[in-house]
Amino acid sequence: MTFKDYFKKYPNEEGYFGEYGGSFIPPTLEEEMKRINEAYYSISKSHEFISELRSIRKHFQGRPTPVYYCNRLSEKYGGRIYLKREDLNHSGAHKLNHCMGEALLAKYMGKKKLIAETGAGQHGVALATAAAYFGLECEIHMGEVDIAKEHPNVMRMKILGATVVPVTHGLKTLKEAVDSAFQAYLKDPINTIYCIGSVVGPHPFPMMVREFQRVVGIEARDQYQEMTGELPDNIVACVGGGSNAMGIFSAFLDDKDIKLHGVEPAGRGIDKEGEHAATLTLGSPGVIHGFKCYMLQDKTGEPAPVYSVASGLDYPGVGPEHSMLKDLERAEYHHIDDNECIDAFFELSRLEGIIPALESAHAIAYAIKLAKANPKQSILVNLSGRGDKDLDFVVDTYGLPEDREA
Amino acid sequence: MNRIDNLFQNKKQDILSIYFPAGYPNLNDTVPNLELLQTAGVDMVEIGIPFSDPLADGSAIQAAAKQSLDNGMKLRLLFEQLKDARQTVSMPLILMGYWNTIYRYGVDQFLKDCKKIGIDGLIIPDLPLEEFEAHYKSDFEEYGIYNVLLACPETDEVRFQKLITATQGFLYLVSSSATTGGSVKLDEEHKAYFNRIKKIETPSLIGFGINNKESFNYACQYANGAIVGTAFIKALKKNKAKDFIKKIK
Repeated sequence: MTFKDYFKKYPNEEGYFGEYGGSFIPPTLEEEMKRINEAYYSISKSHEFISELRSIRKHFQGRPTPVYYCNRLSEKYGGRIYLKREDLNHSGAHKLNHCMGEALLAKYMGKKKLIAETGAGQHGVALATAAAYFGLECEIHMGEVDIAKEHPNVMRMKILGATVVPVTHGLKTLKEAVDSAFQAYLKDPINTIYCIGSVVGPHPFPMMVREFQRVVGIEARDQYQEMTGELPDNIVACVGGGSNAMGIFSAFLDDKDIKLHGVEPAGRGIDKEGEHAATLTLGSPGVIHGFKCYMLQDKTGEPAPVYSVASGLDYPGVGPEHSMLKDLERAEYHHIDDNECIDAFFELSRLEGIIPALESAHAIAYAIKLAKANPKQSILVNLSGRGDKDLDFVVDTYGLPEDREA
Repeated sequence: MNRIDNLFQNKKQDILSIYFPAGYPNLNDTVPNLELLQTAGVDMVEIGIPFSDPLADGSAIQAAAKQSLDNGMKLRLLFEQLKDARQTVSMPLILMGYWNTIYRYGVDQFLKDCKKIGIDGLIIPDLPLEEFEAHYKSDFEEYGIYNVLLACPETDEVRFQKLITATQGFLYLVSSSATTGGSVKLDEEHKAYFNRIKKIETPSLIGFGINNKESFNYACQYANGAIVGTAFIKALKKNKAKDFIKKIK
């Protein structure tokens, strides 16, 4: 298929990317999704909205974020590895790109409160930041397990004035946080808006979040070309729900020769159920949280338990657009396990002076593999977030590399 | 004739429909619960197929679904339990569940098993009407299984009219725009919604927020009857199911 008019055709009016996506929601949510969809098309395409968002991106978020060439990493492993530095986006991850967009839309719609789930806390922090900027209330739902693991982000959300609601059912991680946030949203859909944290959920969320994240790819493409005079051979991004990956992939879809690599968490091993979240690698089509996608599930259709060292990646579903890109073979999806991720975390820190988020470290780990196998190729990695939130957890759990070797 | 049509033809008001999750509170309680409800004079029952991420349900039903899943309840097992239920249970039976459970089971096989057991209708809150009509309507018709649709106060007039025509058996009216387990509100906004319901000819039941005789009677002024879920589950948990039905009827 051609990707020429891609953004006009995908998703279609009902929110489908091929057979994935759509809107599998109770009627209590149906009307509100329709309203958000209409508001998105009427408001977010207005000159006023675009100007305000562009100004926010420049003056508040500090965009454009740079593209950076990894000298020592490339020297050690071969290839030419470049990073799109979304870790330098205000609040430390790409998540603020769609949060500012969603919050601005909420403001235009007259909403009073933003509700969302968060896994690693990156989306929660970004939304709390956006809420503070616009003077809106903010309520973040987060699994108890993640609250314990991501203490710095919990503190940041609270300092920014958000209410953090601990989620205590099930595995107490991302999926349960989504359930809980939906519940809270359903109680008052008129005054609140659910700002979902990735390219997931019922239509129009996967489309909206992608559109707000496209800035990553648009910038990176220009910057890379300006730096090198050409386009990269490979694009690499980690995939939980898939927002940062869609952000960067979107600018290269129509360049058939550029390989798009999504990297999923293999956790403690993809051969063990419940020990990974390699949804596109091992999942099958299903419906979760209001949309159709590849999904890790058991024989009866119950979402399977998932795990990753990176709290932002352990989700049993995945963006519908990624599900379609996999079937079309336009993007390839790989997996990296916890140990490879931790190694890459330290490797990038020590070779480049950049501490990546554990989520992004999955992308770095795969880029290293790719560079070793293809020393003549260039690789552009979306470094979706910084690792400050993970420091205590990594050091307490894994120790420093020198301690591990001892 | 479908038992649901039969019910609404023979009884125009005060229809009491009860919801409870399969395999709750104990795994093998499904059929005993049905028999208890039939003896107590309940008109119709909705059996919930437990799912771990039920978007339309409040915390009480979520917790009950969780317990039912933990008890080991699965769709396959539910069909097994219901195999001979029709020997003792004659009231209309509806299964309520989320789409992924059914999709994963295989829609055709699911409908076939429903028919074999004598299920009359389905309530699938997260299956949109458009998706149903485009892909599954003819299968449902082939097996004679009704797809009962839901409407809520926010449903606009155009959509409401569409639902009235498209629903099969009756229209399930959500009384407040929230998840299950709240309480029915008697404010002006809801009066307008309920008055809209009163005018329609399609049989209708009010669900969500009916928890005692007072709210049941209130709902019955506007619709042909009401559905009680959360409040009944609480009674089941306390082993007071019979008393509860007696009080509400």
